[in-house]
Amino acid sequence: MTKESLARLMPMHLILGLNGEILQCGPTVAKLFVDRTLTGQSFFECFDVNRPGNMASVADIIETIGTKLHLSMRNEHQTMLKAVGVALEGQEGVLLDMSFGISVVDTIGTYNLTIADFAATDLAVEMLYLIEAKSAAMNESHKLNARLQGAKMAAEEQAYTDTLTGLKNRRAMDHVLSRFVTGGDSFGLMQVDLDYFKAVNDTLGHAAGDHVLLEVARILVDETRSDDLVARVGGDEFVLLFHRLTDIDQLNDIAMRIIERMEVPIMFNGQQCRISTSIGTTVSDFYTEPDMDKMLSDADLALYASKNKGRACNTVFSAELLRQAS
Amino acid sequence: MHGLINRSLESFLSETYGAAVWHDVVEAAGLGFEHFESMFEYEDWQTYAVIECAAELLSKSSDTILEDLGTYLVSSPNVKSLRRLLRFGGDTFVDFLHSLDDLYDRGKLAVPELELPTFKLLEEGRPGCFTVVCHGPHKGFGRAMLGVLRAMADDYGALVFMEYQGGRDGFEEISITLVESSFADGRDFSLARPDVLSGGGT
Repeated sequence: MTKESLARLMPMHLILGLNGEILQCGPTVAKLFVDRTLTGQSFFECFDVNRPGNMASVADIIETIGTKLHLSMRNEHQTMLKAVGVALEGQEGVLLDMSFGISVVDTIGTYNLTIADFAATDLAVEMLYLIEAKSAAMNESHKLNARLQGAKMAAEEQAYTDTLTGLKNRRAMDHVLSRFVTGGDSFGLMQVDLDYFKAVNDTLGHAAGDHVLLEVARILVDETRSDDLVARVGGDEFVLLFHRLTDIDQLNDIAMRIIERMEVPIMFNGQQCRISTSIGTTVSDFYTEPDMDKMLSDADLALYASKNKGRACNTVFSAELLRQAS
Repeated sequence: MHGLINRSLESFLSETYGAAVWHDVVEAAGLGFEHFESMFEYEDWQTYAVIECAAELLSKSSDTILEDLGTYLVSSPNVKSLRRLLRFGGDTFVDFLHSLDDLYDRGKLAVPELELPTFKLLEEGRPGCFTVVCHGPHKGFGRAMLGVLRAMADDYGALVFMEYQGGRDGFEEISITLVESSFADGRDFSLARPDVLSGGGT
């Protein structure tokens, strides 16, 4: 085959004589060594053979023919190359064909290679195209993600829903409560707190904890009327608002039903999750001028009274509790 | 239609004619939002409404809008990526024309959801005479392609005559006569990404 034909098929070939002299080189290899002419030089002075080890002569290369060679160029870039060799007819030397492997991405910039430097059938250009196309697409996706992330955070800030349970959140509760108070509506308020929830989370994991919260949410919704507000206001804290319901007996009944149902262990992946519930209740009728923060803290005080009584019970706020607390 | 196409249309209109014109187009087209997202999918009517409303507001034909869009996509300094990706098609304008057959697959490789038309290059008997046949579900790609091809010929520095030969049944044809393949210097193209070479943005 003529030198020109070989150059066209393998622009990165070398022909080495038995003494290691480079007898011929393809145009792209020549381009890699900007300031020296390869032909006539010793192969081992221009390239290091990293793998297989201990390759010091062309005879060694012939010995391991068929094995992929890992080379690096002896220049300031130490460009890595892959190569495969075949023995020339009559054993007068070796034909090596080289390629860049994955280092092609950096190499094209380093040596300013063009499409013409690769064989027409070489997939390197296609690979470069693919990398660039995918990077451009990925870049667009990243920008979109960043925008969506911002929009999501803004939406969450404005949201009224607790994303885990689907119950209302603290924002929604504040909003409804202040509407009741300013509108002079009568209403009942319960602070509901889960006992032993942290233990479930710690021993059975967050998935179990999340499952328990979903079950609790279902029970709370079940045991309240559709126009009552059920809000998750903290990790295991809930507030219930009962519009136009201030009857202590009725509220006590609701609280007891909730407590009873919470006593039933919740199953998660064959494991029993046991929790309990303490509730504190107050109603707007107790106050001449109901105040949001006051009512929430009074219900909280009643809740802690329930906890002190041994949990799984409801306590209705009274002036007596306040006196004990102070 | 894919967001990339809609987003390109938006960039072209707002960069060429200003944000106020884009705003008017959005209003007239009844999109219900201000900006397209390049990675979303949109209803086809939205794309067509934008083209028609832009044409009306700017007193141009839809065909001219589409052709200018094609030119913009290749030649605008703000959108470098498409021009670069097309230049991977080959070292000369003729190589590039030959690579049009692969354009559909290349597009799919980059963004699988992107529905581009298929392109087929027919080599006419006389040397330097070609016909590009564009076939796809969406009307108007041929006009945009005419703009793309004109801009690419400039990019390669080739002197070329092109004409839109009309279309029917989802097929559109563009005739190309290559007068001189290296008429001017053309723009530089390096396989390495400019951000890799210089550390700047693409």
